[in-house]
This record gives sequence, structure tokens and C-alpha cells, in this order.
Amino acid sequence: PAFGLFIFTIARDPLRIIILIAGAFFWLVSLLLSSLIWFIAVKASDPQDERLQKGLLIFGVMFSVLLQEAFRFLYYKLLRKAIEGLVALSEDGCSPISIQQMAYVAGVGFGLMSGAFSMINLLADALGPGTVGIHGDSQLYFLTSAFMTMVLIFLHTFWGILFFHGCEHRRWWEIAAVVIMHLTVSGSSFCNPLYVGSLVPSYLLMAAAAAWAYLLSGGSAQNLRRFLLCK
Amino acid sequence: MTELSAHLPQFQHGQLTENFPDTHLSNTNDNSERRRHDNSERRRNDNAESETNGQPQNNIQRVVEQDEEEDEELTLKYGAKHVIMLFVPVTLCMVVVVATIKSVSFYTRKDGQLIYTPFTEETETVGQRALNSVLNAAIMISVIIVMTILLVVLYKYRCYKVIHGWLIISSLLLLFFFSFIYLGEVFKTYNVAMDYITVALMIWNFGVVGMICIHWKGPLRLQQAYLIMISALMALVFIKYLPEWTAWLILAVISVYDLVAVLCPKGPLRMLVETAQERNETLFPALIYSSTMIWLVNMAEEDPEAQRKSKNSTYNKQAPASQTQNEDAEADDGGFSQEWQQERDNRIGPIESTPESRAAVQALPSNSQMSEDPEERGVKLGLGDFIFYSVLVGKASATASGDWNTTLACFVAILIGLCLTLLLLAIFKKALPALPISITFGLVFYFATDNLVQPFMDQLAFHQFYI
Repeated sequence: PAFGLFIFTIARDPLRIIILIAGAFFWLVSLLLSSLIWFIAVKASDPQDERLQKGLLIFGVMFSVLLQEAFRFLYYKLLRKAIEGLVALSEDGCSPISIQQMAYVAGVGFGLMSGAFSMINLLADALGPGTVGIHGDSQLYFLTSAFMTMVLIFLHTFWGILFFHGCEHRRWWEIAAVVIMHLTVSGSSFCNPLYVGSLVPSYLLMAAAAAWAYLLSGGSAQNLRRFLLCK
Repeated sequence: MTELSAHLPQFQHGQLTENFPDTHLSNTNDNSERRRHDNSERRRNDNAESETNGQPQNNIQRVVEQDEEEDEELTLKYGAKHVIMLFVPVTLCMVVVVATIKSVSFYTRKDGQLIYTPFTEETETVGQRALNSVLNAAIMISVIIVMTILLVVLYKYRCYKVIHGWLIISSLLLLFFFSFIYLGEVFKTYNVAMDYITVALMIWNFGVVGMICIHWKGPLRLQQAYLIMISALMALVFIKYLPEWTAWLILAVISVYDLVAVLCPKGPLRMLVETAQERNETLFPALIYSSTMIWLVNMAEEDPEAQRKSKNSTYNKQAPASQTQNEDAEADDGGFSQEWQQERDNRIGPIESTPESRAAVQALPSNSQMSEDPEERGVKLGLGDFIFYSVLVGKASATASGDWNTTLACFVAILIGLCLTLLLLAIFKKALPALPISITFGLVFYFATDNLVQPFMDQLAFHQFYI
């Protein structure tokens, strides 16, 4: 589905593609830095202690979430500057792309990159022979991974919109809400393999974020009804 | 470069001997052309082209300057489109290389080394290995430098026939021999039975159409496709025959060399371009990928400038990079061509260049101002750049423990580097090396992802945590 989003909404406009790739790049850099921190922590600690390792991993995840949001903010700043440049360059004085579109594309960029990194090795392994969960792990590993990844990608997209909107209108509580949501979702994934604990809240949060972002982008129940009835 | 080919005897993978001279030559030519355009550019600021031949410059300068500012804006405005026009072929090339590496095991087997890298890396100590790879890289780079200088010298002394001959031989070799090997390996991998006659027919057709497309006229898409295929083939050869550490070292040093050769006043590539510009000649159908080339020959009468420009661009596009040498040269050229070509394309628009039209154009007085549809401007990128990008991504997918993550990371890094380079191009309006930024990003991301991110992601996937 995320890839479908990409093809239908982004692939046609080159500027959006660039913003997408740049968004993916920023996410990548944030991942790099967070894994650097985690790596240092692991190297500095005792490799035998299971609980410590797991604790470090959790710490790494949280730190990574915070870093991701920080990079989203940095990206927002960059895009603001870019918009000013584009406005100056354009012929009729208005930017060829609005900040909301940018927010959407940035969110998709983040999401795609995060999803790709989460899924792609899994997919490659899935092509090979083997049985899922043969060692007593859950048999639904692949399925739940796929769903979780999809929900994360969508969430990133919505968070992008919300985040940028919050930055635009200086509503700090919106930004804080995004960060808290992100932390919650990542935290809920700690309940795995108790999948009901992670998938269900994530989907609920996604629905909430979707509705919020939709409203922020100017939609309303009326628009939705009109769209669905194809008026 | 030509000389180099002559000196190089058949080594075990003798395929690469002759390529070098061609590449260099092409590059030189390209460089000259680029320089020329560059100079014109500076004067006109993307709009007026008339200067290519040198004659019209004076006449047109005034006209051009009026539109300078508009042109700048237009250039930047359409910059996004140009970037995409370059993204797509680079992505395609990388995809082809990665797909081949992943499926055909031939290219990851160590079957020996090139004669250019005589020191083996299967040594006992780390120090010995490091030393060997440094020596290998040094030899390779010096070969490239020598070839480039040779090319410059040849160009200065107008040995065009030699250059042409080298180009043709290189592309012949590449189109026929390398693709034959590639096809054979693909068939082996998928266990497809094929008789020699069919293969001969296929390779013959492929090669002949390729030669025509690249060196003469042909549909734009087909030409682009052939250039991409050739770059992919070259990159695959590199990946196969360069040992590990040597490959990374060479990538790093090549980008430094590219930077130096293109930007320093005494750099060989710069001299090449200057010479070409002084002579008001177009570069040879070198190893340059051009994104647009559509005009017809009959447009020449109406718009000599445009024609000239397009011809140059077309030429640049046409030279496929055949050999390693070429690549090196191309890499340098790529920097030039990219920037220069963009300017050119911006000014001229796509044009199909043939020797006849070029001659016709150059004979005409350039006094008409070109009015191009800004949409049709294109960008050019040297084939060497394609090749080295693909080498980086291919090596990442072949030898990384992080596998797809690393490949993806390098891919994004290279694309971002390309974006930045094009941005710099739009700002500085000079020939720029396309390699350094992208390769630096790619290398940094490769090593970082492989060593840092991979264990992290592994652990996360194991516990099924999500960040």
C-alpha cells in the first residue's frame, strides 16, 4: 500500500521525488546516529548479560525514536528554507509545492525508509526455504511483521503532516503529541510476541492520527461523504 | 589512453586492454566540448547558446545577458526535473547491477585479478593486505592519470582519428564480448539451454544496434538504454575483478582525483576542455549520458546555436564507456559533462547531432537567439559516474553483511549526493565533478550501515521491536 501511495501521488512530480528521497536520507542519518549510540553502549557493557542487553536495546529504541523526531524537525527547517527559495524562483510568486504537500511527502519518505529497513531483510529471507517459528517462536512472525511495518509507514506519513502543521502554527502540543505517539507505538512493540498488545494499539493510534491529519489538511466529514459517493 | 591499450598485453582477463585508450580519448573530447560550453555559459547564463562556435559570442552576448536572470531562474526551477532525469537512469543502472549480482554468482566468484591490480589480497597478515591494496590502488590511479594525460596530449595534437578508432574498438569490445559473457552467465544461472546460433544472432543484433545507436543516430530512449547497459556491464566487470579493499580504496581515490582534475586550473581534464573550447570543437561521442536529445536535423537552419548545442550533448551521450580507463576518464568527464551539459541543454534544448548537421551548424553564422522551450533542457552525466555508482552499490550488495539494508542505504546516499551535486551545478554553473560527493556519502553510509546499523537492526528484528 505504501508503494501504491508513492506511485499515485508522488512519482509524477519530480520535486516530490526529491523531497521523498531527502526525507528517506534524513531518516537514515537518524538511524545511523542512534545505532552508533547503541553500538557504543553495547561495546561498553557486558555481552553476557541478557537482561542488560535487552535493556540496552530498549534504550536504543527510545533514543532512536527521539532522534527520528529531531531529524524530522531538522528536515522541516530545511524545507522551510527551500520553500522560500522556490517562491523566489517561481514566476508567479507562489511556490510550486505547498508546505502541506511537503509534509506529506516527507512523512512518506520517512515511512518508506523505515519500512524498507524493517522489512527488506525479512522479505529476502522469506524467499528462502524454512519454516516460520520452528523454534517455538510465533508462527505469525512474517504476517505480523508485515502489518506492523505497514502501520508504521502510514503512521510516519500522518506524523509528518501533524508535525509540520504543529511547527507551522507553533502549536507545541501537537509536536509533543506526535513524539509521544511515536514512543507509544515503539513501546508497544516491546510487547511482542504478544501481538495483541502491539498491533491493536498501533492500529488504533493510526486511525486517530489519520483522522487528525485529515482534518488538519482541510478535510471534513462532508468532503469524505462527497468523495465516497462520487459526487 | 590509446597508448595504454597498446602497451597492455593480453592478461588473463584481456578484455579490458583496449578500452582504456578509447575512454580517455572520449573523455578528452568531451572535456573540451564541455569547457567550451562552460565558457559560453558563463557569459550567457544559460540562455544564449550562440557562443558554442565562438563566432556568435560577441553578437549574442548582449542579447543573452538580458535573459540571464530569467535563465537562472528557469534553470533552478526546472532543476527538479533534471534531477529526476538523472535519477532514473542511475537507478536503473544500479538496479540492473544489483539484480545481476544477487542472482548470477559468476560476478561474485573470485576468478583472478586484472593486470592493473597485480597484488593479491589473499595475504596472511592484515598489514600485508593493506599494503597490497594500497599498491593496487596506486597502480590503477597512475594508469588512469597517465591515460588522461595521454588523451590530453593526443587531443592537443589533433590525433582525432586515433581517438575515434579507440572509441570504436572499445565499444565494439564492450558490446560484443562482455555482453556475450554476461548472457552466458545468465543462462547458466537459470539453466536455460541455448544453442550457439541463437546466441550468435542475438549478440550480433544487440551489438550492431548498439554501435549504431551510440556512435551515430538512434532513438533517444534506445541510446539511453544502451548506455545504461554498457555502464552496468562495466560495473559488473569491476566488481568481479577488483579485490575488496582495493575496490574501496580506488573508489575513494577516484573521487579525490575527479575533484582535483576537474577543478584545478592545471588539471588534465580542465586543460582538455579549455583546448576544445579554444578550437570551438565538439567533444567526441564520448561517454556521456544525456537526458534529452530530440531535435531534428532540419532545425539546424532555423537555430544554428541550438543545433550546435544539441549536437554536443548528443555526442557526449553517445560515447559509451567501454573500459576501466574510460570510466576513470569518464568519471572526470562526468563531472564536466554533467554540469556543462546541463548548461548546454538548458540553452539549447535537445538536439540530435550528426556530423553533417554539426558541420552545417558550425558554418552558419550564429546570430539568432535560441528560444528553447525550457522544458526540453536536459542534463548530462558522464558514464564513468554511472559505472562507479553502480560499482559502489553492487559491492555493497555483494559483500555486505547487512545485505539489503546496506544496499538501500548506499543507494539513497548516492541519490542524495547526486541531488547535491546538481544543486551545486545550478549554483555555480561550471563543470563539476559528479563523483566526490556521492561516492563520499556512499562510502560513509556503506561502512556505517554495515558495521553499526546492521547489528542494531538484527537485534530489533529478532525481538520484533519497531523504531
